[in-house]
Amino acid sequence: MLITLTINGKTTTAEIEDRTLLADFLRAPAQGCTSVHLGCEHGVCGACTVIMDGQIRRSCIALAAACDGASIVTLEGLAGDELTERLKASFVKNHGLQCGFCTPGMIISAREMITRNPAMEESELRQDMSGNLCRCTGFSGIVNAIKEAAEAHRRASQ
Amino acid sequence: MKPPPLVYERAESVSDAVAILAEMEWGARVIAGGQSLVPMLNLRLAPLIKLVDISRIEDLRAFSDDGGRVVYGACLRHGEFEDGAVPDCANGMMQRVASRIAYRAIRNRGTIGGSVALADPSADWITVLIALGAIFTVAGPTGRREIHADEMFLGPYTTALGEHDILCSISLPKLSAEGRTGFYKVIRKAGEYPMTTASVVRDPATGLNAVVLGAVNRPQLRLRRSSAILAASTRWSDDVGAALIDAYGEDLAAAGRDGDPYERKLCETTVLRAVQQALR
Repeated sequence: MLITLTINGKTTTAEIEDRTLLADFLRAPAQGCTSVHLGCEHGVCGACTVIMDGQIRRSCIALAAACDGASIVTLEGLAGDELTERLKASFVKNHGLQCGFCTPGMIISAREMITRNPAMEESELRQDMSGNLCRCTGFSGIVNAIKEAAEAHRRASQ
Repeated sequence: MKPPPLVYERAESVSDAVAILAEMEWGARVIAGGQSLVPMLNLRLAPLIKLVDISRIEDLRAFSDDGGRVVYGACLRHGEFEDGAVPDCANGMMQRVASRIAYRAIRNRGTIGGSVALADPSADWITVLIALGAIFTVAGPTGRREIHADEMFLGPYTTALGEHDILCSISLPKLSAEGRTGFYKVIRKAGEYPMTTASVVRDPATGLNAVVLGAVNRPQLRLRRSSAILAASTRWSDDVGAALIDAYGEDLAAAGRDGDPYERKLCETTVLRAVQQALR
């Protein structure tokens, strides 16, 4: 079927197979959003998390056909965004990544969480980030990185 | 880990969706949020050849409050309950339950109606809807009808919905200001499917008293003797706890489910903690 999506600000119309997953469509050479990582492919690991119409969602369990008309933002589209850059720097500083596979999903989820609830306690942060799995860091570095970025974001927004 | 070849069709209205389903003898399924169905397609657990998308039908996204009951459209999302975008008929219980279903990215898409229609035995909503006494409106080839929660859930992944039926809305009674609730679930990792769930509702003003247990791979169980203890108690105490353990044991025995000591203990803890919340 024919679908139209706005991906990182650019509107694209394409003919797709009905069964195409949003993640595969985004990663295809024509779109080139390879920050969208496919880990578990059943909605558990969070590596494929993207922003659709302002809300985070899993692109590996979204049919591209069902997203027709939507606006999608991937990590590529967040380059230069203040909070995203803060998170990236904080992940590097706090050992928030090792292999980097989970990182795009981590950054997108963390950015959404900080935007929604800037004054989040660590327990809430851990609860909220439980949908993004990392197999390298043991999560401490990730939690520290997000806390530091959230704190800096709070100070900057005051 | 990709869906099999299938045909995707977007329904414009409930009658349109019913008509599309009725054309198909087998292999067609309604999709709303798709947060369980698409994983099942990816894992090739759902042998389907057609999907009928109902998530954009406006009637199914509506809600109304007539003072006595709140009617929720089947395609309202968990996140909308979490954010308070829809009224909470149960003094905050709907919001509290919704905010702990899976993860935010899932809650932004998954719908309450989808949870009902799939009837995963460990789904968070189901014991809540049984405890509150939900009435479901269903559209099918022969018209609309209502199904009460006690007749809806027949077992794991099994409901009273027919092959060509669509769940349209969920009607729930509004609790009075005195109405208290409890919800507890046992999970091994935040956001995972629960091993057990229990929902408790106690509203002296409307006479609604319910304790409902949900456990993985078992049908949900209305605990009638436990509900009687709940109704007769006003505050949590050790005596209430002891009476509840006895009543719960009788409920389990009456259902023929008192065999496995591990399951028994797990469920007992779940029920006690949910009742404790309601009697705080």
